[in-house]
Amino acid sequence: MKAFTDLYIALDETTKTNEKIEAITAYFRQVPSKDAAWAVFFLTGRKPKQLIQAPKLAAWASDEAGVPYWMFDNCYDAVGDLAETMALLLPHNNLESERSLSAWVEDTLLPLRTVPEQEQKRIMVAAWNEMNEWQRFIWNKLITGAFRVGVSQRLVIRALELFSGVDSQVIAHRLMGSWQPTPQFFESLVSKDTSESDVSRPYPFFLAYQLDEGPEQLGLIDEWQIEWKWDGIRAQVVRRAGEVFIWTRGEELVTHRYPEIVEAAMLLPDGTVLDGEILPWKEADVMPFAQLQLRIGRKEVTKKLLAEVPVILMCYDLLESEGKDGRELPLAKRREMLTNLLMGIANVPRSDSGFAQLTIAGGVPSCQRVSSQLRISPTVQAATWNDLRQQRERSRSLNVEGLMLKRLASPYRVGRQRGDWWKWKVNPHTMDAVLIYAQPGSGKRASLYTDYTFGVWDDGKLVPIAKAYSGLTDEEIRKVDEFVRQNTVDKFGPVRVVKPSLVFELAFEGIQRSSRHKSGIAVRFPRMHRWRTDKPPEEADTLQSVSALLQ
Amino acid sequence: MSRDDLIQSTERGLYCPAGGFYIDPWEPVDSCIITHAHGDHARPGSSRYLTAQRGLALLRTRLGPEFVIDSIQYGRAVKIGDVTVSLHPSGHILGAAQVRIEYKGEVWVVSGDYKVEPDKTCDEFELIPCHTFVTESTFGLPIFRWRPSSEIFDEINRWWFANKEQGKCSIIFGYSLGKAQRILAGVDHTIGPIYSHGSVQRLTEQYREAGVALPATQHVGALPKGTKFDSALIIAPPSVQNSVWTRQFGAASTAYASGWMRIRGTRRRKSVDKGFTLSDHADWQALNSVIKGTGAQRVLVTHGYTAEMVNWLTACGISATALSTHFEGELGELQPSEEVSD
Repeated sequence: MKAFTDLYIALDETTKTNEKIEAITAYFRQVPSKDAAWAVFFLTGRKPKQLIQAPKLAAWASDEAGVPYWMFDNCYDAVGDLAETMALLLPHNNLESERSLSAWVEDTLLPLRTVPEQEQKRIMVAAWNEMNEWQRFIWNKLITGAFRVGVSQRLVIRALELFSGVDSQVIAHRLMGSWQPTPQFFESLVSKDTSESDVSRPYPFFLAYQLDEGPEQLGLIDEWQIEWKWDGIRAQVVRRAGEVFIWTRGEELVTHRYPEIVEAAMLLPDGTVLDGEILPWKEADVMPFAQLQLRIGRKEVTKKLLAEVPVILMCYDLLESEGKDGRELPLAKRREMLTNLLMGIANVPRSDSGFAQLTIAGGVPSCQRVSSQLRISPTVQAATWNDLRQQRERSRSLNVEGLMLKRLASPYRVGRQRGDWWKWKVNPHTMDAVLIYAQPGSGKRASLYTDYTFGVWDDGKLVPIAKAYSGLTDEEIRKVDEFVRQNTVDKFGPVRVVKPSLVFELAFEGIQRSSRHKSGIAVRFPRMHRWRTDKPPEEADTLQSVSALLQ
Repeated sequence: MSRDDLIQSTERGLYCPAGGFYIDPWEPVDSCIITHAHGDHARPGSSRYLTAQRGLALLRTRLGPEFVIDSIQYGRAVKIGDVTVSLHPSGHILGAAQVRIEYKGEVWVVSGDYKVEPDKTCDEFELIPCHTFVTESTFGLPIFRWRPSSEIFDEINRWWFANKEQGKCSIIFGYSLGKAQRILAGVDHTIGPIYSHGSVQRLTEQYREAGVALPATQHVGALPKGTKFDSALIIAPPSVQNSVWTRQFGAASTAYASGWMRIRGTRRRKSVDKGFTLSDHADWQALNSVIKGTGAQRVLVTHGYTAEMVNWLTACGISATALSTHFEGELGELQPSEEVSD
């Protein structure tokens, strides 16, 4: 716990990426695998299931501190963080626990769930009595499951690479999917042995960069595969060992939500991994993204829902074939294999399967429909960039977000990297911004926090970039309101400063420089386009990426 | 507050009708007592000022030469109107005073801002028994618990030393009156040279003139071209934190010294590398022990977490009321303005 606490403090005290990576690497060098495994678990944002409800913890800490509960609430309002409020209130203690992180987690934290309440309280108080203020804070964070320290998974991976000498792509892959933080796991994570064993494990997603200037800079159009940019849920379908797993790019296992895709994927040969987009699809057309949200939000997938919002997987890529990782093959080859594969399973006895021609408006026959639920993302044919530019104008009418440009010779890379994959979105401009302030609305929204200020990253800090009031459903507003109340870190008059955690895609019509705005930028008609529940705040846009839209 | 009270809360601030003077008024008045020279307590424009002798020079600097300022020694009683007034150290900054007012055997004490922990740069807080105590409550929540300042100075020294080892300049932000000099008096000046921002330098000179021993400092603006900063400690007011002024030092680590640094969120919002919890106000424990120590039957709470403090004292069986002041923002607000000490 001591080493982990020191690591936390070091990470908390710097905003510099290199110093953070250095601190994490030093930690891995210092501690045994069983501690390192848990550190990776917590630092990559994973958390144990809820152990103890917050009000109980607050009450126990109040009892120990000798303050009434109302005073605890006042303190919480000032601090804005439950774990920290408890740590600051508990009676001063000079002791420092020498027990390791893994011992605390495995022998004390995890068993908490199975013991009666009185025993939970006894254990918590005993734990607090062994720790100093910082250790208590971290311990409380682990218990409340809100462990955040401004470290992205990418930083942890980079530190693991430095520590082990294993390539970061390999580590990123090993961190995908579900795993247990055991010493064996940590050792296999940093092992030079590359044979993999987990059948469910997806590959790290390759993400496109936004194309901020015209495509002419990309060279010859012949070197590019061009597809529409579909607006759905990016996902990998893993078919291995007789099973199917569906992973979102947020690494959520969502297999059970999309039974129609599972059914179709069962027909794929074992040892296949597809990359694609889950889309709500009726007859020959994609439905608006909002429809898909009905499927995302629902725990129970009813027959009615399946009929109302059927989904398909629009396949982009083939990452694994016959059990072999094919990511190093050029895109052109992978695409050819993908086509052959999906054509091959198309002859399944389904009423609507077959080889019908799918034509995209404009009349270019671009793709063959191979199976109702597994389709190949059609390519867009254009002789010149200018021709393509014109076709891109049709994006909105096709219900797509624009175009994807992928270099035909490119491998399937890890994460967001420049050069080979570009998204060329159509107007309106959009950005992913983080909710930073909220203010109650007026009229019928009077008691709700409905007026939001959003920020984008600038040198590790969020700068306000836009205010937006519209675009959310009533249900979403209610959820955001609840979030604001529970995550207020500060108040200025009616304005609440919230923990930066919610990401929204804002759409806006124009952008210009402005000396009146702190960010130096003013956007026209910003509105909330979509709540990006799949995006952590660290992945929101930067002031630089938004500024790049200035022409 | 009732109409018979010795001190009334008015539009212009606390007023003593029997003595005909205000205490720390926020608008110009005929006659006033100033507890200390911080901007939110000492405002220009009044006809006559009275302050503790130890704080006279500072107040004069703050207000300007055109104002009439009288001073008295700590502990010396003077008759003003029908009341007897004396000033006593509040331990907040150099010259800071509590105001003791006696009228027909009834004693009121207005604390001003205070801290109890001894501080080399000012006289130590004096506990004055009274019937009614007007207390500040800037840090009136039990989460505010200060560690001994010696430990904080050790932390500052370690931070400065580590920066020096890495060839980085150390910039510490703190209020230029009081906090800056307390840091100066507390740090280990053998680590490296100490340079200060102009506003800090001016006030530091006055501390020296008042006989407070402080290590040598140089005004950044007066340094020869090409001065190296890689082992230096720079003391500057928070207002320059994001200005071009701080860029002249090259690679630097930044820190902020304030009681608010106790809260991680505030620390992070200040966007400094390091936060040092060093306050010139009483913490929760000290507020409570002073309030009890005065023996006051009635407590009036001002400046800070007033509602929380009043509820707490009431629950403890002490008669307490909130006293509104001009400067209070929303309760629970954690963003002190630059003019408010911390």
